Amino acid sequence: MSATGVASETTTRGGLGDNVVRPDGVAKVQGSFAFSGDLTADGFLWGATLRSPHPYARIVRIDASGAWAIDGVECVLTASDVPGRATYGLISHDQPVFAHEYVRFEGEPIAAVAADHPETCRRALAAIVVEYEVLAPLTDAERAIDGSHPPIHPDGNVLRHQRIVRGDQSIVGPITVEGTYELGMQDQAFLGLEAALALPDPGGEGVELFVATQWLHEDRKQIAACLDLPEEKVRLTLGGVGGAFGAREDISLQVHCCLLALRSGRPVRMAYSRQESFRGHVHRHPGKVWMRHHADASGHIRRIEARFVLDGGAYASTSSAVLVNAITHTQGPYKCDNATVDGWAARTNNLPCGAMRGFGVVQACFAHEAQMDKLAAAVGIDPVEIRLRNAMETGDHLITGQVIESVAPVARAIRETAALPLPDEPVGGHDGDPMRLPGGAGLTADRGHIRRGIGWGVSIKNLMYSEGFDDYSTARVRLADGVASVKFATVEVGQGFVTIAGQIARSVLGVDDVVLETIDTKIGSAGSTSASRQTWMSGGAIDGACRLVRERLFENVAAAHDLDAVQLAIDGTDVVDTLGTLRVAVAEATAGVVIDETFEYHHRPTEDLDENGQGNCHTAFAFVAQRAVVDVDPELGLVKVVQIATAQDVGRALNPMSVVGQIEGGIAQGLGLAVMEEIVQVDGHVRNASFTDYLLPTFLDMPDVVISLIEEPDPMAPMGAKGVGEPPCIAATPAIVAAIRDAIGKDISRVPVRPGDICLTEVG
Amino acid sequence: MPTTSVTVPRTLSDALRVLADSPDATVLAGGTDLMVELNSGHRGATDVVVVNRIGELCTWQHNPQLGTLHLGAGITYSEIEQSPIAGWVPALAQAARTVGSPQIRHAATIGGNLGTCSPAGDGLPVLCALEAQIHLASAAGERTLPFADFMVGPKRTARVPGELITGVTVPVLPGWQGYSKVGVRNAMVIAVASSALVVDQEQQGVRLALGSVGPVILRCPEAEALVAAEGDFQSSRIRSTVVAQFAELARRAARPIDDHRSTAEYRRHAVGILAARQLRRAFPNE
Repeated sequence: MSATGVASETTTRGGLGDNVVRPDGVAKVQGSFAFSGDLTADGFLWGATLRSPHPYARIVRIDASGAWAIDGVECVLTASDVPGRATYGLISHDQPVFAHEYVRFEGEPIAAVAADHPETCRRALAAIVVEYEVLAPLTDAERAIDGSHPPIHPDGNVLRHQRIVRGDQSIVGPITVEGTYELGMQDQAFLGLEAALALPDPGGEGVELFVATQWLHEDRKQIAACLDLPEEKVRLTLGGVGGAFGAREDISLQVHCCLLALRSGRPVRMAYSRQESFRGHVHRHPGKVWMRHHADASGHIRRIEARFVLDGGAYASTSSAVLVNAITHTQGPYKCDNATVDGWAARTNNLPCGAMRGFGVVQACFAHEAQMDKLAAAVGIDPVEIRLRNAMETGDHLITGQVIESVAPVARAIRETAALPLPDEPVGGHDGDPMRLPGGAGLTADRGHIRRGIGWGVSIKNLMYSEGFDDYSTARVRLADGVASVKFATVEVGQGFVTIAGQIARSVLGVDDVVLETIDTKIGSAGSTSASRQTWMSGGAIDGACRLVRERLFENVAAAHDLDAVQLAIDGTDVVDTLGTLRVAVAEATAGVVIDETFEYHHRPTEDLDENGQGNCHTAFAFVAQRAVVDVDPELGLVKVVQIATAQDVGRALNPMSVVGQIEGGIAQGLGLAVMEEIVQVDGHVRNASFTDYLLPTFLDMPDVVISLIEEPDPMAPMGAKGVGEPPCIAATPAIVAAIRDAIGKDISRVPVRPGDICLTEVG
Repeated sequence: MPTTSVTVPRTLSDALRVLADSPDATVLAGGTDLMVELNSGHRGATDVVVVNRIGELCTWQHNPQLGTLHLGAGITYSEIEQSPIAGWVPALAQAARTVGSPQIRHAATIGGNLGTCSPAGDGLPVLCALEAQIHLASAAGERTLPFADFMVGPKRTARVPGELITGVTVPVLPGWQGYSKVGVRNAMVIAVASSALVVDQEQQGVRLALGSVGPVILRCPEAEALVAAEGDFQSSRIRSTVVAQFAELARRAARPIDDHRSTAEYRRHAVGILAARQLRRAFPNE
């Protein structure tokens, strides 16, 4: 893989803009990094969870006496043991800690045990008798929203219904294109499985939890409510996280683990298996999106009609926010003044769905990009030209009425992507390497069987939280003897904040040595590591705290040298007088001095949508263009993605190497959704809860990635930098599918694209 | 614990003695199937006999006079995909290359592939097309079965309790041979459909075996007969209409099912394409 304009080595002191190597990188590659599942404590017990084998059933009776009778079992918990609130959830508290009366998805927790050995746990779970009255599951989201099925939950079968109505509803044509697009259920498939270690306080008055999560303080709030403890009695420390992608936003084993520890009076360690993990966290919403675009003869969009139906599964999680993200991004990064959008998030007995990288925009983008290609064909222009003609600019409106105030280099991203070189290799590579052909090691094809296609995906993604949420992050910076200590609760899930935090401190404070303190709840919330928000939000908090510290440093230096503090600046690792000759090393200026400041960064307030879906519900936006080159075996329906070229609006690349990593990883995840990743459910039963059958792209499936970073610092962003994690994942899926369509000349409207969709179906 | 005892014999006779004492013990070679099943809870507690330390099972013998290659059951896929074995049975080497990841191929053995005997087992279509002889031993003696008699159903073999798979003998043939496999990923994937084609230049015939499209590996005698009648083995020439007929006969021979990996319709379609492409590789001239 190659990247243009990105240096490959650290050549400077690790400030903003440098390629700083992750402090945890080598340990992770060598296998010595302690993930959450590696945590241990003296005298600990193993915890395990009993899960429902049925997607929908009434619990007639639970008899746990058999488990208690097993030697080595120290604790057995069911719903009646939860001391506080019986349910939890990120937005509404509709999910039981343990199923009570009903189970609503396959794998829903019913009981938990703690014992001296995993095998004792297994036997204890097997000894718990649960008598079910099995019910026919509701698995069709359309039936959930049309009211034809009795409620499967007291809160009803509709998780949210939201319309967007804007402008002239009577506009029709003259050019009209439409389609229905479908997405399967994608799993975040992080490699580090759910795991935690809970340590009870003496007397059971509180608990300490080491856990892999995305948001320590939100976890704490929900855990404390369920345990009926004051929040300060629940202390969380981040355990090593092996990826998250949204799947750790909801709590999973947290309450179970803490309660087992409190009841047994012993440390308790829990760790999910891969099978369990597939049922133990929320997924990307599968959904159906219908869109009809009306355009003038030259292809300018006049009006969009759309209908979204997202399957939220059994519990609400963040479905209502995912839905709003989906429908408010209906137009994509294109100008549109008139729209009619109807959005539904349905409750079914499928696996619960919630946050995953892209958060609703993946679903919208897959549909609007297919529509743009149809529009191009209808107008008779190419896919690049249709996108340039409609490209959104700063000052344009979303269909919610919100003005795009962010830097919006959409046209530039498309042009720069188009200018990146196409792959110079012929089908199968220069030396005919079969591994470069679709089918790879299977030796299914020869060069002559393959057709090449090119496709585009361009996306807009909101950054940070929306709809009136007071989104903030906290950081404390202490400067003493030339060393900066930075404290935050920002979860590092692999995205690289651990480099950014130090880079900010080095640049703002002129120090070389930065100590990152333990990530825990001993400081205020940092908000979630999601929504492409931490560089902006927690970066803003650290930047703010560093600036406060620097002010006091300048005051000290000014007082010592009889200068005005406003004329001082940091130059490298020195404090300098910009109007004079003074130059004093920061280390020297802070000898024997401790400066300690805390800063809370809030982004500007957002609003709820009104009944017509109007309102300034989002904060800021980032944009990306991608061009995919794909080789397809039309007879067998196999695909090899050859190259993705991309220009991404990043504001400012604070760590270019890290940005490239996010782009490549996002493309891999988007590729997975395009051609292989799907949790298959039949009547609510999961058929492929393993990495044998839930296929992720491997290194051999990755294309060459050619990257151009667009650095137009955003005035709203604390350091000009936009979040970069989500956009590449959003654009890759539609780009790859468009390239497949281009290669075979067939309309494909569902992802992941299965071989049979390519080679068995007629032109649709 | 999931197992009640684990025995690690160092010689074949020790292993056969252990198996005679506990005939229902599970045999572990590379462990690449067994450990997955144990970890997923699909297999319960049994005694385990570990055979991967038995040197006698980890050897091969090439006999140029007989034109045969004997592979001990403990030969791994990474050995098979390399020279010299790959030169004698290239189709088996191609199959080996499609198995799992390099780590898996270092552990997984040809004997284990036969022991599990999944219709998706990558080595099996090649062994079937080569008409391999499977060697079994027990405390009571030895016997040898042709592959077609060895695999009796999905994950079911003719091996009886107390018996151990000791090896397999295949012919070393001069003609073209190959293995092709469709999966939904470009490597490290379970076969959705697979095909092994072997040309026997001396007998002027071909043998076609299909994997993942039926309860056992399927031979295609009608397709083979067609090529024996219509193929020009001297100049590697065959007409396109014959290739198309060959594909159709392969499709008809398939007995695929729908499951979470694919559909019966796609499997039947794909196996025909694979067979046709292989036949064209074997007979490149029109």
